[in-house]
Amino acid sequence: MSEKKPALWLRIFAILTFLYIYFPILILVIFSFNTQKLNIRWEGFTFHWYGVLFKDSNVILATRNTLLIATISTIVATIIGTMAALALQRYRFPGYSITESALYVPVIIPEVVMGISLLAFFALIGLKLGLGTITLSHIAFNIPFVALVVRARLHGFDKSIEEAAMDLGANELTTFWRVTLPTIMPGVLSGAMLAFTLSLDDYVITYFTSGPGSTTLPLRIFSMVRFAVTPEVNALSTLWVLTVFILLFIGQVAQRRQPAS
Amino acid sequence: MISQTAQSHPGRISLVKKLRENAQLQGLTLVSPTVIYLIFTMVCPLILVVIISFMTRGHYGDIIYQFTVANYSRLVDSLYLRILGYSLLTAAMTTLGTIFIGYPLAYYIARVPSRQRALYLFLILVPFWTNFIIRIYAWIMILRTEGLLNSFLQWLGIIHAPLEILYTPTAVLIGMVYEFLPFMILPLYTSLEKIEAAQLEAAADLGARPWRAFLRITLPLSLPGMTAGSILVFIPAMGMFVVPDLMGGAKTILVGNLIRNQFLTARDWPFGSAASMLLLVLTLIFTLFYVRRAGFGEELLV
Repeated sequence: MSEKKPALWLRIFAILTFLYIYFPILILVIFSFNTQKLNIRWEGFTFHWYGVLFKDSNVILATRNTLLIATISTIVATIIGTMAALALQRYRFPGYSITESALYVPVIIPEVVMGISLLAFFALIGLKLGLGTITLSHIAFNIPFVALVVRARLHGFDKSIEEAAMDLGANELTTFWRVTLPTIMPGVLSGAMLAFTLSLDDYVITYFTSGPGSTTLPLRIFSMVRFAVTPEVNALSTLWVLTVFILLFIGQVAQRRQPAS
Repeated sequence: MISQTAQSHPGRISLVKKLRENAQLQGLTLVSPTVIYLIFTMVCPLILVVIISFMTRGHYGDIIYQFTVANYSRLVDSLYLRILGYSLLTAAMTTLGTIFIGYPLAYYIARVPSRQRALYLFLILVPFWTNFIIRIYAWIMILRTEGLLNSFLQWLGIIHAPLEILYTPTAVLIGMVYEFLPFMILPLYTSLEKIEAAQLEAAADLGARPWRAFLRITLPLSLPGMTAGSILVFIPAMGMFVVPDLMGGAKTILVGNLIRNQFLTARDWPFGSAASMLLLVLTLIFTLFYVRRAGFGEELLV
């Protein structure tokens, strides 16, 4: 589109929209330092709530659960999903097109429907709800996302490099580890990052597949918000936002430092 | 040593050999973990829900395996039709809200110098990488009776008694629009960015006023992005139950809340399953409508 300077009203609207996007988060952060427990009016500055947070055993347990589930489900889904992406991009096999379109089903299916169907299924086969069932469910919704992201990155992959490696005497395994994997690694990593984020963020499916003692951070925040609005929730949210900002910043810097190939 | 093992396991070596030579088999091997996993966690559970939706509820919330269509005929009850209509209305209003706020911003980003564009798009996405319950909570702090918005308006003297916004349908809309905004902005930006400057200049040369050029050229050319964005917003908005739960109070019940309640509170799994099927069918109809118009593009993935 043209690079003429946008009209003034459009610039004002853009600024207002960015304010609308960032204002709630700013408020959240500011009020995490509020001395007033009811957190209605600004009273004074304190780090008190961060101390409360670090001593809150429920929050600590929920953090541990969340990270455990996200790590395991990301690793498993990335391996399985990358295999599927390679298969779909490079091979033709019986059932190809049905597999290809079936991969979109978990992407478009309403979360609440996926949640209740997993709940019903786990109940039927007699699996006890807990960390295990949550992890199994997270792997399920992560596989398609990883497969789709990795596949999109495989699009321009030049197969002749692999053939060159094989011609030079490398076997399939060596070729895969030394040539294919390093080349598709950026795609695999962005698939893994998406999977990790989706797992950290998930409330709905976790809600239906969790059992006693398997609370995750989103579930914990939900119940905190539901019952009492204290600055402790703000402190927890602030730390979450801060972590995301730092990770995104590192990601951006890493991307810039990579030679533009 | 290796050859010895190979000789003692002729079956294995032939399998490896077969795998090496047969590309079809390689593909199947690579894709099989995904297929098997998704059969167990996606296909079987969905089939189970279809079956349960035709079963009867027992007196204690158990499922009696006796065929009935009563769960589906119950869905046309006026109470549930109202919930459905309300869900569709909320999803439609959310979509309109994201277009109203997202279109000018997408248009603006498409017109700034190209090196700034990536930064602006990044700035739109950053808050949405944080947890979505946290974002809802931020709005609760702003909208509640003794919250910031009311304090501010009272301080200005515009209102004298606090407005009751939180726990109303308006609050639900505010929360939903905020949640789904990037899903509208990104596809809109993608199609706006593709519009050639030459087309608009030609219109201007031929004497079209800016507004006319916008209505006749820019708007029609951005429709694919708007359709993609609308699908991306409308479908998840239809099944959303967390925002109504936290911001809508007890009065606001959408289809998502209905399904959740049937499974966890009322313990009427057959009826909850029938409602889920309805939501699923509606989702598929809207998705197919989109796919037939636009084809499955990367836009759907953002």
